[in-house]
Amino acid sequence: MGWEAAPEADREYMTTAVDIRHAVKRYGDVTALHGVSLEIADNAFFTLLGPSGCGKTTLLRLIAGFEDLTEGEIRLFGKDIARLAPNHRPVNTVFQQYALFPHMSVIDNVAFGLKMKGVPPAERRDRAGRMLEMVHLSAFADRLPAQLSGGQQQRVALARALAPAPRVLLLDEPLSALDLKLRQAMRVELKSLQEQTGITFIFVTHDQEEALTMSDRIAVMSAGRVQQVGAAQDIYEAPINRFVADFIGETNLLPVTVGQIAAGRAMAALADGHQISCTAPEGIRPGAHHVSIRPERLHLAPAEGADLAATVERVIYKGNDLQLVARSASGEELNVRLPNSARTDIPAPGARVGLTIEEGAARLLVD
Amino acid sequence: MDLRRYPGFLAVTIACLVILYAPLIVVTIYSFNGSTSITTWGGFSWRWYADVFTGPEAPRFKAAAWNSLTIALIAATTATAIATAAALAMVRGGRFRGKQATFALINLPLMVPEIVIAVATLIFFATIGLTTGYLTIVIAHITFCIPFAYLPIAARMQGIEAHYEQAARDLYATRWQAFRLILLPLMVPGIISGYLLAFIISLDDFIITNFVKGAGMETLPTAIFGSVKQGIKPNIMAISTIMLALSALIVTLSYFINRSGQKARA
Amino acid sequence: MAGPVAGKGSAAGADYRGIVGPLLLPTWVVIGIFLVIPVGLMATYSFLTKEFRGGVIWDFTLAAYDQFFLNRGLFGDEPPSIEWTYLGIFWRSIWQAGVATLICLIVGFPTAWFIATRPERTRPIWLFLITIPYWVNLLIRTVSLKFLIRENGPLNEALMGIGLIDTPLPLVNTNLAVQLGLFYSYLPFMVLPIYAAVERYNFALTEAAHDLYASRWVTLREIVIPAVKPGIVAGCILVFVPSLGAFLAPDLLGGAKTFMIGSLIDEQFKGSQGNWPFGAAAAMILMTLVMLVLILYARAAARSEAR
Repeated sequence: MGWEAAPEADREYMTTAVDIRHAVKRYGDVTALHGVSLEIADNAFFTLLGPSGCGKTTLLRLIAGFEDLTEGEIRLFGKDIARLAPNHRPVNTVFQQYALFPHMSVIDNVAFGLKMKGVPPAERRDRAGRMLEMVHLSAFADRLPAQLSGGQQQRVALARALAPAPRVLLLDEPLSALDLKLRQAMRVELKSLQEQTGITFIFVTHDQEEALTMSDRIAVMSAGRVQQVGAAQDIYEAPINRFVADFIGETNLLPVTVGQIAAGRAMAALADGHQISCTAPEGIRPGAHHVSIRPERLHLAPAEGADLAATVERVIYKGNDLQLVARSASGEELNVRLPNSARTDIPAPGARVGLTIEEGAARLLVD
Repeated sequence: MDLRRYPGFLAVTIACLVILYAPLIVVTIYSFNGSTSITTWGGFSWRWYADVFTGPEAPRFKAAAWNSLTIALIAATTATAIATAAALAMVRGGRFRGKQATFALINLPLMVPEIVIAVATLIFFATIGLTTGYLTIVIAHITFCIPFAYLPIAARMQGIEAHYEQAARDLYATRWQAFRLILLPLMVPGIISGYLLAFIISLDDFIITNFVKGAGMETLPTAIFGSVKQGIKPNIMAISTIMLALSALIVTLSYFINRSGQKARA
Repeated sequence: MAGPVAGKGSAAGADYRGIVGPLLLPTWVVIGIFLVIPVGLMATYSFLTKEFRGGVIWDFTLAAYDQFFLNRGLFGDEPPSIEWTYLGIFWRSIWQAGVATLICLIVGFPTAWFIATRPERTRPIWLFLITIPYWVNLLIRTVSLKFLIRENGPLNEALMGIGLIDTPLPLVNTNLAVQLGLFYSYLPFMVLPIYAAVERYNFALTEAAHDLYASRWVTLREIVIPAVKPGIVAGCILVFVPSLGAFLAPDLLGGAKTFMIGSLIDEQFKGSQGNWPFGAAAAMILMTLVMLVLILYARAAARSEAR
């Protein structure tokens, strides 16, 4: 079918593995995707991140071929696949509930895709065996899925999807059914598997920590639209709108009035009259906006000359750090992260404190 | 304190079981009665079983039993095949026009009283001029067996989540391969349950068969009914006990098949 | 979890979406030709003229319904009054089926409750015990019951043996025998839906009720029964409907005084005494009655689901 891996020479420059152009999906009156466009590079670990109902799973299922596009185009290595049945697409899926065939042994599960592709039995057994080795489950080859633990089933699902050597691997919240410890271990394992195999991984999750730790690039989705695409650091440090700033990590969102904007910088007035210097995204206009400041970018300072003035309401002990909840003169709640260190001076509730903002940490947001 | 326990409920349950089983147990015991009178106990004996197979009424019962079994076999097999195809469309066919109506149609034989089905079927065969006999019984049985085969099959299919087939399709299986290698094996317990239910329902039927059988044709229930009209004789009790044992065997079989099916799914 | 899809009938459904027609064709053909058309023919027959040796003459008339509902005297020349013979048989059938349903409910509810509150491991065994008799041929069960309760049968002998009664109870050929027969025929139909409802019942509600000072029986009445009502109603329908048109229990266990609809219809198609149009009309009236009950039930169920 011409889906074999591209020759070495072609891999030099970035190839686009999946190219989604203005994808719209409607179920009756409900629109799940409002014209999503995305380019996913080959050999990348790409994550679709968003709250439940944002359309990320729908997008994944469109790529797999379990759903039909209402409008738009999906190209796989340049080929339009929108009309292809799932069994004709060189992509494999790791399902959220694993979907291991309950009546087949582990090795038969892993070999299933190879069998369907017409790989001879001996080679099939061999390749499936190597896949099981890769996920450290060789000893369980002849068991039934029901006889494995959740973590083991998850690794079988992974081996099964990787066995036919797909060009793109789709992972639908594969870690959500595991407990915390196992989940953390699997993150590392998934990332290293992706690097080892060089296969493009498209990973769906609602867990921002999962997304930030594993991905080369992340697409943050909400309400059937892509809000922002970028590397983990871009998304966290430079969110372009309120949704992204609020969804990824914790932040202080403060209403401000923006005056002049020049060269990506702007002066903004807080409700209590304090003026702060902010980075401004392109296309923003003077007027009422919100500014985002991460709690770890705020620091306690003497009241004189500080960027902000606030009254401490309470201090919450969180183990590795402390969360200070304060209120500005105009009534805004401010969260400040303090390191849990003997050197930290912890103010008492009721104390009036000054806060400084790190250079470049205040970002104006598009609504 | 167990808040779920209500005084007397255990007693009612036991009474319920006693009422359900007492007649069957009594008949089983009396089928081994050595006496010709059904009222007095004449010691343990197999004579009525021998009578069933070699006695004066034996040829009649043998022919009736043969008819019953072959009819049940044909009806259950056909109904199961029809019901499996219907379940595929109803459970895995998405939304389509006339789905509600089709659902009502499948369940129609359960909603229309048996005696009404019997009357309607008889009138139909009389009108089209089909002589009542073996064939008319088979046709009638296939018709009313469809919902009984359908219910366990559809229930089982609903219990099999769509993602197994999706995974197979994702792993390069064609539609037919996904059905044959994944869905069908997972459905086997449901299909067997449906088949056995249809088989027993066919074997059990008296009213409809009695209407459409025509003269000279007998199934086991109609033959037994004819006999007990003249009073309950010991050989009837022997036949009853044999049929009882057969039913118990089939039910036990289907129970364990279902349980093993559930275990594999867990 | 994300996305509005994932699950039943959605995407894998696409696999069979294109071939729904061929898959359903056998069902449509078989049930359509051998049940829907026959019922239509039956409706037609009820408006035809009877032929004396059984069968019909294709002359349209309301005679069958007239005979059912109206009394025009022995020679047909009196002013019509309501004919009570057949309405009485229908009324008796409804009454018998109703009493049988009530007995089933009184026995079935505690049984279903008891089973549903057993440990999960033993529940299937209890259910199994309740359902086995249902799998035994109905005719054989009815004959067995008759054998047990007949005048000098084992039940009367046992009761006399322990000195509870002096003379045998005349059970056979009574209303009670028919009710007992119907109860015995359809009890599992009552137990199973109630069991399913109780099994789904959230026992935290019972705990909450007790916590708020309700007694055991008050909890049962105020909390449990409303919660499992759909199961109770379903059970009652499943017992009442087949009881109404039952043939074997009234025929074998009852006598002339307990004549029910089933036997009335049956008689019209037997031998030269038969009257096919009248039998078809009686069957039509029975079917209408049953459909009425089912429609009312479906409506009520839809309404409670909407809530």
